[in-house]
Amino acid sequence: MTDGVAIVGIGMHRFGRTKGVSGRAQAVHAAREALRDAGLSFSDMQFGFGGSHSAGDADTLVSELGLTGLPFINVANGCATGGSALISADAAIRSGQHELGIVIGFDKHPRGAFNVDPAEHGIGSWYGETGMMVTTQFFGMKIQRYLHDHDIGSDVLALIAEKAFRNGALNPNAWRRDRLTAAEIAAATMISHPLTQYMYCSPGEGAVALVLCRADQARRYSDEPVFLKGAAFRSRRYGSFEVYAPWIAAERAESPTVQASQAAFEAAGIAPSEVDVAQIQDTESGAELMHMAETGLCEHGEQEHLIKAGDNEIEGRLPINTDGGCIANGEPVGASGLRQIYENALQLRGDAGAHQVPSRPHVGFTHVYGAPGISACTVLTR
Amino acid sequence: MRMVDDSLVTDTPDGPALLGSRCSDCAACTFPRQAGCPRCTGASMVDTPLARRGSLWTFTIQGFRPKEPYTGPEEFEPFAVGYVELPGQLLVETRLTESDPEALEIGMPMHVELVPFRTADDGAPVHTFAFAPDREVRA
Repeated sequence: MTDGVAIVGIGMHRFGRTKGVSGRAQAVHAAREALRDAGLSFSDMQFGFGGSHSAGDADTLVSELGLTGLPFINVANGCATGGSALISADAAIRSGQHELGIVIGFDKHPRGAFNVDPAEHGIGSWYGETGMMVTTQFFGMKIQRYLHDHDIGSDVLALIAEKAFRNGALNPNAWRRDRLTAAEIAAATMISHPLTQYMYCSPGEGAVALVLCRADQARRYSDEPVFLKGAAFRSRRYGSFEVYAPWIAAERAESPTVQASQAAFEAAGIAPSEVDVAQIQDTESGAELMHMAETGLCEHGEQEHLIKAGDNEIEGRLPINTDGGCIANGEPVGASGLRQIYENALQLRGDAGAHQVPSRPHVGFTHVYGAPGISACTVLTR
Repeated sequence: MRMVDDSLVTDTPDGPALLGSRCSDCAACTFPRQAGCPRCTGASMVDTPLARRGSLWTFTIQGFRPKEPYTGPEEFEPFAVGYVELPGQLLVETRLTESDPEALEIGMPMHVELVPFRTADDGAPVHTFAFAPDREVRA
C-alpha cells in the first residue's frame, strides 16, 4: 500500500475539430506528450487505463505506442470516462499493484447533439421514438427547476457562458476562441428553454494523457509533481434527478456529485473552502451553476451573487473553468474529464500562460458528470 | 388506437392511465413497469395504474428536431417536455400538449391524454401519452 499518487506527466491534443487526424492519432499524440513531459517511454509503463465514446478502444493504441505486454483496460462511463480512468489508475497505484502507469482519454464526434439508443440504457424504444432521448432537454428541465427552487434569475446563464468564451480566448488548446457577449449569448437560437445555443457545449474532438506514479517516487520524474490527494466516483441514488430518466422518485435525493465531491474532499483532508481553482462540468451554463453548489464550493442560491461579483473569474476569489470549460473546449467525451486534470496541473505548476490564475494555486478541484447519473471528483495539490 | 408501445398505458374507469409498477414491500412506484425495486432492491413489483392527474414539476421546449431514434414528422414543430408529479407515486417524464413556455408554469395542474405524434407507413396515426394543462378542460 502507498498513501499517495502523483501526476508527473501531462499531454494533450488540442480540442476542437482536427480534420484528417483520427481520434486514435490524437490519443497517441497526447500519450507521447505526457511521456515526454515525465521523461519516460511507453516501455516504462506498468499499466494503462483509457477510454473513448466513439473513436475506438483505448487498449488497441498499444499497436502504435508499443507492444510491451502491459495490462491496459478500457474504461467507459459516459462523460465521466476520463474521471473513471483516473480513479482506476489511482486505485492501481494506491493498492500497491503498480507504481507507474498511463491514463488516456480521447474522442472524435460528428457535429450535433448525441443520439443514443435507449436499449443501451435499458429503456424501451418508445422513449427515443417520441423525442425524449435528448440530453439537451434534460439540462433545460433541470436548470428550470433549479432556478425556480433557489429564486435565481435566468440572466446568470448568459454570464456563465460569456466567462467560458472569455477564458477560452486565452487558451491556445481551446476550440472556441472568440469572445461573445452575454447579450449575444442570450439572443442566440433557443435550444431547450431557457438555454440557448451558445450556453451549450458541443461534441468535439481531442485527447489528453497523464502519467501517474507513487507519490514518494514523483520527484524522479518531475520537478513539479501534482498530487492526487482525493479521487471519488459515485452513481445516482434513488430520488436524484438525472439524465435519461422516464420517471424519478417522488422523494428527492442529492445528486451523485454531492457524494462524490464529499468523498474526494474527505480522502484529501481538504475542505471545499480551501480550493484555489476548480474545473467543474459545464455541459451547459446551467450545469456550472448547479455543480458549483453540488460540489460544496458554495451554498445553493449563492451562485448569482458570486457570478455577478466576478468571484469565478481567473482573477477572482474562486476561479472556475479557467481553460474555458466544456463550453469553449467542446466535449470529446472520453477526453473531457482528463482535460480538467490537465488544466489544474498547468495551474498548480504555474504553466497556464495567459489563463494562469495570478496567485499560483495550491489546491485544485475537478468534477465531471455523465449519463445516466455518474460523477467523478478529484482534489489535487502541489 | 395504435400506441407507440402498448405496454405504457392501461384502461381505467376514468379513462386511459399510465401503467407502472408498485413495490409490494416498500410501495415505491416506477414507470414503465419493471421487475426490480429501485428503492428497497427487492423483486416484488406488481402492475399498477398511475394517477391520471398531477402537477407540472419542471419543463422545457425541444427546439430542434431530435436525431434518430426520434420518429416524429420530418416537418418539425417545437414541442414541450416536462416532468409531472403524480402525488404519492412518482414524477413521470412526458410530452406536454402546450408548447408555449409562457403558458407553462411549475406547479400547474395537469392530466394525461393520448395524442398522435406521427403517422405510420399505412397512414394510421401512432399515439403516445402527453400531459395537458387542466385549464384546457375547463375552456
